[in-house]
Amino acid sequence: MSALLPAAVIAGLAALATLNNNAVTPPAENAGLTLPSGFKANMIIDALPGAVREIAPTPEGDIYAKIYHTKSRGETRKGIVLLHVDGEKATVKTSFGDYPGSGMYLKKGYLYASSDQEVFRYKLDSKNQVIDPEKPEKIVTGLIARYEHEPKAILVDDNNNLYVNIGAFSNSCQVKDRQKGSMGIPGCPVLDSAAGIWRFKADKPNQHYSDGIRYATGLRNVVGFDWNKQDNQLFVMQHGRDQLHDIFPDMFTVKQNAELPAECMYALKQGDNAGWPYIYYDQLLHKKMLAPEYGGDGKKTVDDKYIDPVAAYPGHMAPDGLLFYTGTQFPEKYRNGAFISFHGSWNRAPEPQKGFFVVFQPFKDGKPYGDWEIFADGFAGTKEQAASGRADHKPCGLAMAPDGSIYVSDDVKGTIYKISYNK
Amino acid sequence: MISIKNINLCLLALVFSFNLQAQVKPHKKSNGARPSALSMTNGKAIYGKICVTCHQADGGGVQNMNPPLIKTTYVLGNKTQLISIVLNGFNEHIEIDGDTYSNVMAAHDYLKDQEIADVLTYVRNSFGNKASAVTAAEVKKVRATKKS
Repeated sequence: MSALLPAAVIAGLAALATLNNNAVTPPAENAGLTLPSGFKANMIIDALPGAVREIAPTPEGDIYAKIYHTKSRGETRKGIVLLHVDGEKATVKTSFGDYPGSGMYLKKGYLYASSDQEVFRYKLDSKNQVIDPEKPEKIVTGLIARYEHEPKAILVDDNNNLYVNIGAFSNSCQVKDRQKGSMGIPGCPVLDSAAGIWRFKADKPNQHYSDGIRYATGLRNVVGFDWNKQDNQLFVMQHGRDQLHDIFPDMFTVKQNAELPAECMYALKQGDNAGWPYIYYDQLLHKKMLAPEYGGDGKKTVDDKYIDPVAAYPGHMAPDGLLFYTGTQFPEKYRNGAFISFHGSWNRAPEPQKGFFVVFQPFKDGKPYGDWEIFADGFAGTKEQAASGRADHKPCGLAMAPDGSIYVSDDVKGTIYKISYNK
Repeated sequence: MISIKNINLCLLALVFSFNLQAQVKPHKKSNGARPSALSMTNGKAIYGKICVTCHQADGGGVQNMNPPLIKTTYVLGNKTQLISIVLNGFNEHIEIDGDTYSNVMAAHDYLKDQEIADVLTYVRNSFGNKASAVTAAEVKKVRATKKS
């Protein structure tokens, strides 16, 4: 048996085999992704250091990419990378910005970027190039970032309103966060400064909380959101609460802990309340449930006061990107429907993890219509990698290219994928 | 060319050989007890019930959120600090090998001294870790100094 061979010999053989293997392996078809018939994918860039989060393409074929870590593993780097895409490859043109963060958005001659506490904007020239990379305007400052859900998602509507997600610095507003059996704080104070979408003016410098309005509340954490042009309305993907079983083991099984609660899509109007931390949504019962921290038991439902989701997905898959497809390259069924990138779960353990794919949610007349389907799968690598959560890539930001292809960012390896349809 | 299957076999053999080597190495002098089989069994059960959600089955933690337990000084170093983290919870941004982790760890002071000793002994001797056992007496001592 080979187990009896001296270790050094085996090491040598294995190294040789690996080298040889690498030399002859062609690039994986469709960059390792599984796609519907007629679609193709490739990695336009495969190793941007520091975790690529949101991406903002320009009509001229550039992409601004936000880098989450400006310092890690003994290296420092800039927080925004400008790439130019030429066919199936992208090259780095330049990088700038000394702050880490997640949000990146292009609108009407300005590039918007967020750190975990602030929002900046850069004026662009007629070719969408940043005029002065060293001197952004600080638009919003002093936002709360406290251990959990720190990244700030940003979006600007057609009326120069800037929407900022401020995630809850808590899992479920317990007296002791994530503590077994700890109950919810009455009148959850987290909601005063977080767990909602705030609206500011996109062109007014140095705004604080008091200059903005809490546009919608009761949203634990939103990373992926997009403006739906058919409805002229903001749609958001909420990351549902964690650890129902860990915190209340007598009420929820390990299996329920993995499936519940839903990751929800909401269509928001000003003043809406989605109910966190008082409720969660059970996608199997199609009901809003009273949270165990506030007297619930996995059975008590809540009917009043809080809005219903327009669509619900299995628990903990972490929707980090939402994109309404307004292009014409993809077949008719995709137009005005929603792509959702599910970054992938971690707290379904010990059950298998789930996600690590991009979903398509069909829409009709501005509302979800029919079942969602997996559009692009295989980011994790093997099925075992997905089940264990040890994914090679995790899909994060979504954006549409000028030719109607879509870009998907990956914040593990720093890959950007381009997915196109072959007519 | 050597097939993928053979490479896997070779690698498996390689790991196996290393394990054999590790086992025949003379036991280094340590400042604590060697882990008992009972502690390891009980510790594994507790890990699977309580710790696995955040730190994962392989002890590797979760990117940006929950720190890994593999060969870190938090796990292999000062036992008093490690016991204290389990008893009191942990609420700081920490950096391990250049990566940062930010999730809150809840206090687990509801666990008995022996349970904490077992699970920490298991963690200190799993996922590639090798370190002395944690005893119930050590946990008791740290608990006595814990602010209430």
